[in-house]
Amino acid sequence: MDALMNFGTGIFGGAWPAVWTLIKIVLIVAPLMLGVAYLTYFERKVIGYMQVRIGPNRVGPWGLIQPIADGLKLLLKEIIVPTTASKGIFIIAPMLAIAPALAAWAVVPFTDSLVVANIDASLLYIMAITSMGVYGIILSGWASNSKYAFLGAMRSAAQMVSYEISMGFSLICVLMVSNSLNLVDIVNVQDQGRFAGWGLSFLSWNWLPLFPMFIVYLISGTAELNRAPFDVAEGESEIVAGFHVEYSGMAFALFFLAEYANMILVAALTSLLFLGGWLSPVGFLPDGILWLFAKMSAILFLFLWFRATFPRYRYDQLMRLGWKVFLPICLIWLVVVGVWMMSPLNIWK
Amino acid sequence: MDFQTAVFYFLSAILVFASLRVITARNPVHAALHLILAFFTCGGIWALLQAEFLAIAIILVYVGAVMVLFLFVVMMLDINIDRIREGFWNYLPLGALLGLLMALEMSLVLGSKYFQIPAAEALVPAGVSNTKSIGALMFTDYVYPFELASLILLVGMIAAIVLTYRGPKKSKYTNPNEQVFVKAKDRVRVLQMPVEKD
Repeated sequence: MDALMNFGTGIFGGAWPAVWTLIKIVLIVAPLMLGVAYLTYFERKVIGYMQVRIGPNRVGPWGLIQPIADGLKLLLKEIIVPTTASKGIFIIAPMLAIAPALAAWAVVPFTDSLVVANIDASLLYIMAITSMGVYGIILSGWASNSKYAFLGAMRSAAQMVSYEISMGFSLICVLMVSNSLNLVDIVNVQDQGRFAGWGLSFLSWNWLPLFPMFIVYLISGTAELNRAPFDVAEGESEIVAGFHVEYSGMAFALFFLAEYANMILVAALTSLLFLGGWLSPVGFLPDGILWLFAKMSAILFLFLWFRATFPRYRYDQLMRLGWKVFLPICLIWLVVVGVWMMSPLNIWK
Repeated sequence: MDFQTAVFYFLSAILVFASLRVITARNPVHAALHLILAFFTCGGIWALLQAEFLAIAIILVYVGAVMVLFLFVVMMLDINIDRIREGFWNYLPLGALLGLLMALEMSLVLGSKYFQIPAAEALVPAGVSNTKSIGALMFTDYVYPFELASLILLVGMIAAIVLTYRGPKKSKYTNPNEQVFVKAKDRVRVLQMPVEKD
C-alpha cells in the first residue's frame, strides 16, 4: 500500500490525493454497475423459476450475457424528447435519479477499514442523500408533460415522503442503541454483548432487540425503492409505466440503474444496521467482507421474492400502512427503547 | 487564494445565482428548483465551516422533505404568470420596505460581536463530534427555547389540520381490518346438489 502511495505521488505529485479518490470511486462504481446488471439477470431468473418458467437463456451460457446485451441495446437506441416536454428538466431528471444512488455509496463501509470516506455522521449523510432521489422521479413526471407520467410522479412523491418518516424513526432507534452516527461504529457495537461473548454473535446483532424496527425498515425500504408490492408509481395496469413512460434509450435505462443501485444500497444498509455487516454470525468463523455480501444477497433475494409473491397495494392501503401502522409502531418502539436504555436491563452498555 | 477560499467563492457564486433565479424565473417550477439548488449550496458552505450536522440537516429537512412537498404543490397549481406580473408597481413599496427591514436585520446580526471571531479560533478541534455538541447544548443550555420551538411547531401542525378539515368524508368506507380477516367461507357458499338424471 505504501509503495502504491509513493508511486502515485511520484507520478502525479500534489494532485495524487485527488487522483487516488477518483480511483477509489471507480473501484466502487464499476463493481456496483456490474452488480446492477447481474441483479436484473438474477431477478429475471428468480422470478422465472418462481413462475415455473426458465427466464433468459438465449444469450451466452445460461443467458449470462443477457444483461450486457440489454445494456448495449439501450445505449444504441435513440433518446426521444417529446415536443411538449420541458427539455432541460427532461434531460436532467434521469441524472438526478442516479446521482444520489451513487453518491450514497461514498460512506458505506465494507469492512472496518474499507470505506471511501469514514465520516462522523455517515448515517445522516446517507439519509440526506437518499432523500434527494425523489427529485429524479418528480421532475421526470412533470417534465414529460404527460398525464400518466405526472400521476406516477405524484404518487411516488407522496409515497416516498410518507415512508421516509418511519424509515428515519427506525434509524433513530439504531443510532440510539449504538450511541453513534458512524456506520463503522454501528457495526462494531453489534459485536458486543452476552451472546457475542458466548460465540453466538448473530443473536447480539440489532435485529433481535430492535425486531419491530428491523421489519419496519425492511418494508419501508421496499416502499422507498418503489418496488413491488409498493410499485404504484409504475403501476403498469393503471398508468402504463408511471413517471418514465416518455423516456427511451439510455435515459430510460438510467432510471433502472438508479432503482437497482438503490436496491443494493438498501440491502447493504439493512445488513450493516441490523444484521451485523461484515461480522461473522458465529465465533469460530472469521469476520470478513464475504459475510456482508452474503447478507446483502439474501436481502436482495427477499426483494425479488416479494415481487414474485405479493399483489400490488392499492394506493389508499399504502398510505394507511405508512401513516397509521408504521408511524405509531415506530413512535412506541422509540419510547420503549429509550426506557429500556435507561433501565437496569440495558443490554447496550 | 487557498483551496478553501476558492471553494467558498465557487459555492457563493452558485448560491447568489440560484437565489436570483428564484425571484426572476418566469416558471414557478423552475423557481422552486433554483431554491432547491440554493439550499443545497448553502449546505455546502456550512460543511466548509465544519458545521457538518447543520449542513446535512438542511439538506435532509429542506431539500429532502420541505421542497418535495413545495414542488408537489407548485406543480399541481395552474398559475397564470401574466396575472401575477400585473401588480408589480402596486406591491413595490411594501416589498421594498420588507427588503430594507431584512437588510437592516442582517447587518445587525453580521455586525454583532459573535461574528467577529477570527477564523483560527472558530476551528473545531479534532475528535469533537458536531452532532454531539449541538445535542448537548440543545438539551442543557437551550432546553426551554428548544421545547418552546417544538411546541410552536406542534401548534402550527394542529392549526393547519383544523383549518383544512371539512368534516367527515361522505365516501363508502370499508374497514381494512374486516377486509383482512375475511375468509372464503364468508363469501363463497359451496352448494351440494344431486346429479340430474334423466
